Amino acid sequence: MNGVTSGVLPWLTLLTLIPLAGALLVLMLARWCPSAARALAVVFSVAALILAFAIWRRFDSNAMFMQFQEWHAWVPSLGMSYHLGVDGLGVLMLVLSAIVVLMSLAASWANCRQGPVYFALVLLLEAGLFGTFTALNFVHWFFFWELILIPAFFLVRFWGGPESARASTQFFIYTMVGSVALMLSFLAIFLATGSFDFIELAGLARGGELATALAQHLHGSGMVLFWAAFLGFAVKTPVLPFHTWLPATYAEAPGETTMLLTGAMSKMGIYGFLRILLPIFPAQMHRALTPLLWLAVASIVLPAFAAWAQTDLKRTFAYSSINHLGYCVLGVCVAAKMMGADASLATEKAAALTGVLLQIFSHGLTAAALFWFLAVLERRSGGIRGLNDFGGLRKAVPVFTGLMGIAIFCSLGLPGLSGFPGEFLILKGAFPLAPWAVSLSLLGLLMTAVFLLNVIQKVFSGPLNPRWASMPDLTAREVWLFLPALALMLLLGLYPQFIAGPVHMTVMQWAGQVRF
Amino acid sequence: MLAWTIYLSFLGALAVLIAGNKRPQAVRTIALLTALVGLAISISAFAQHRGGDLLTLTRLRWIPQLGIEYHLAADGISLVLVLLTGIAATAGILFSWNIAYRTAEFFAFYLALIGGVYGVFLSFDLLLLFVFYEIAIIPKYFLIAIWGSSSRSAHPGHAGSLREYAAMKLALYSFAGSGLVLAGILAVWVVGGHTTSMEVLSHASLPVHFQMWAFPLVFVGFGVLAGMWPFHTWAPGGHAAAPTGASMLLAGVVMKLGAYGCLRVAMMLFPRGLDPWGFHLLGLGMISSWRDVFALLALIGIVYGASVALVQRDFKLVVGYSSVSHMGFVLLGLMTLNQIGLDGAVFQMFSHGVIAGLLFAVVGRMVYERTHTRDLNELGPLRLGRAMPFAMVVFVLAAMASIGLPGFSGFIAEFQILIGVWRSFPWMVSVAGFGILVGVAFAWRALTKAFFSGGTSSSSEHPLPPTTLPEYLGALLLLGTTIAAGLCPRLMTNLILPSLNSPLFEGLRTGAWR
Repeated sequence: MNGVTSGVLPWLTLLTLIPLAGALLVLMLARWCPSAARALAVVFSVAALILAFAIWRRFDSNAMFMQFQEWHAWVPSLGMSYHLGVDGLGVLMLVLSAIVVLMSLAASWANCRQGPVYFALVLLLEAGLFGTFTALNFVHWFFFWELILIPAFFLVRFWGGPESARASTQFFIYTMVGSVALMLSFLAIFLATGSFDFIELAGLARGGELATALAQHLHGSGMVLFWAAFLGFAVKTPVLPFHTWLPATYAEAPGETTMLLTGAMSKMGIYGFLRILLPIFPAQMHRALTPLLWLAVASIVLPAFAAWAQTDLKRTFAYSSINHLGYCVLGVCVAAKMMGADASLATEKAAALTGVLLQIFSHGLTAAALFWFLAVLERRSGGIRGLNDFGGLRKAVPVFTGLMGIAIFCSLGLPGLSGFPGEFLILKGAFPLAPWAVSLSLLGLLMTAVFLLNVIQKVFSGPLNPRWASMPDLTAREVWLFLPALALMLLLGLYPQFIAGPVHMTVMQWAGQVRF
Repeated sequence: MLAWTIYLSFLGALAVLIAGNKRPQAVRTIALLTALVGLAISISAFAQHRGGDLLTLTRLRWIPQLGIEYHLAADGISLVLVLLTGIAATAGILFSWNIAYRTAEFFAFYLALIGGVYGVFLSFDLLLLFVFYEIAIIPKYFLIAIWGSSSRSAHPGHAGSLREYAAMKLALYSFAGSGLVLAGILAVWVVGGHTTSMEVLSHASLPVHFQMWAFPLVFVGFGVLAGMWPFHTWAPGGHAAAPTGASMLLAGVVMKLGAYGCLRVAMMLFPRGLDPWGFHLLGLGMISSWRDVFALLALIGIVYGASVALVQRDFKLVVGYSSVSHMGFVLLGLMTLNQIGLDGAVFQMFSHGVIAGLLFAVVGRMVYERTHTRDLNELGPLRLGRAMPFAMVVFVLAAMASIGLPGFSGFIAEFQILIGVWRSFPWMVSVAGFGILVGVAFAWRALTKAFFSGGTSSSSEHPLPPTTLPEYLGALLLLGTTIAAGLCPRLMTNLILPSLNSPLFEGLRTGAWR
């Protein structure tokens, strides 16, 4: 039982340890020089970003399997091991998390309410994200999955708005319900197979042994287990009707925290769909395809309407976030469709899954940027963020309007910005597999345009509300902070291959795997 | 060497009495040293033990005419619980450091209780076990009746002498349980060939019809002390009325005496009592053996304890009812009758002992003795989150451990029990899962109400006394233990699993074991 580390350095362990060490250091130094906490947090998250990029660079996009694997025995009798590894999905999530955390820290640069504890919690959350996206053993993965709840809860609870107590509790309880269901499901799988290893279980599912084992030990309760696991990810993503915690939490959390929640944490749900549900439960997903597609369509269409009806800008964009992740759910679910001998559909599946990955990255970036803009706006308006409280801001703050406009159009899916290729590929790939679902989803696309343009119209256009006539525009420093994020949106919009390339093999593997 | 944990505790009790009430500092030091030496001995025994073989410590003829021996021995399961006793005793003394009223007598009773507990875990003769079991009950009564607290918010009806009521209730329940156990012991002495040696009896194949009625008798007798629903009612009130150190011991180790007895005596000696009866109770297909009955009671205990904890106003009662819920997991794990479920049950005994001790330490010592209220609604405005950051952090971690987040020992324990339950009673899993969720809810409710519901009123005009060194040490000891066991469960399972596979449990394995 020796440990296995491929390569010289345990890259992924290092990556998780950096923010963890940062969190501890920030806490230890809190007593002596609290002012250094902010800078220290930035230093550690920059280091994490550099390392994440290094992993991205070293990642071999032509290899089929998990890379940077580390394996150490932990508790063999309980199937627990320390198993790390990333494929195209994992490495993408690592880079995205590192970027979003850095964006969030940049956004909180001017916020003096946040002390060392805040920054320690953000770093802890980053460590949890890295852990979740690299772990390949359920127990180890679940540890990080739950660990993230703690900093997220406290960030919302202590630094949030007036209703944060209720919102954070709702968030916590919802997520725990999902987590317990997920855990019970995996305990049953362990009982049947004796393994908690995602890769091993995916292999068993591919070969059909998993179904046999479940039938033997648990009288074939595969569907129950699938829905229990689904619940865990559906709450986190969220998928309708398990979303009701989200608008309240996003609205009550401080803007910088909402960036983390929507930019990185909501991706954990989709990650679970791709890493766990699709590889381990393909047959069950196929059987449940129609209800799943209905849920995905509902998650696309209804939140778009809901976003239109909101008068709180944060809630508008919170619903918009559900809508965007709905496309990802749609893309993942169609990939589970059994397709018989028609090989051409594998290409469509690959297109949809590539779209999902692009959408994950783009939404993380865009949503984080949008909530950043909202945080900036809120700080200038003294906490006011009603849709109807502004008006004509483009005259008062032209630079802000311009930059936020780019992010809004990116979110809308304008060709040339990163939002477009993802949604396009998902819809293109999904259409031959589930025409009705895609057709219905187009309604959501339309409503997205309606509510986003509505925001632009109500907030930026029209006569200038005299109350905001003297609102200061973005300072040069703020502009420089925003520019990299916006540049990345443009880059990915024009050259999606930047992501689609490295994840290609991973996607092909998923698309081919679901053939029976 | 391990047997000295027992003798030392009794000697310590004597030494404390000699030092007397007038010298409290000497008394505390002696008590702490006694507990520390006991802890050191149990750690070294724990670390040296390999495999699951029974390690005989002392075996003397005691009453040879009756086949009664003075037989002390330990296998892996005993060692895990002896280690728990050492840790809980040390932490309890650290959290009782501020006892000023009749200090010597307090610690004398305390150490006597510890000695009895060590004795139960190390006895391999039924009568000896019973003697130690009784020794452990008597000090409990005095600890609660003399040093306990009355909280009117908890029981509006018993305003006056709640602690005496609680102490009496606890003692009566315990004695009622012991009565059943004694009846079982006498019966087995008659049927089993005039011996009380557990080693011999575990191999003697007792008649099945005898086991069928002796098993429930003894199981219920011990189950009373394990907080088995519906015989749990002594527990929450007793915990709430007891002084902090005693609540820590009550929840931490005394409830484990009951669970240990269920496993070591009832299940190990009467394994066939778990066999199906051959008919369905009340025509229900799911109740066809004592095993089903007790699993069902355990399940009810899990959900009932958590639900009642959810609506308590008294902070200590929240923790008290949570113990009923967590002990329900132990009993459910025992009834799974498979290796992983039983392993989880023993693990949960250890884990709950540590975590409940921690929770009672925060509630009873850190909070109550500073604020003099345990009413969650009154604690809110005190803004304890800001006034007592250390207590807050400890309680947050303890609550996380209590709800079974990974990384803490509770996760590993419940996780194994639930796997066992999946195997034996699949339909119960969802109910147990619901119990876990209610557990999350009550822990979170108590946490937010007590620490984070800060109103506008400021308590800054009455700054609370700062956290003392013994409190820091005790909290760190318990937190370290639960995290160590959570991250490195092999420490425990390497001892528990081989013991479960030892010849002692042969009957259980060949019988209903699935």
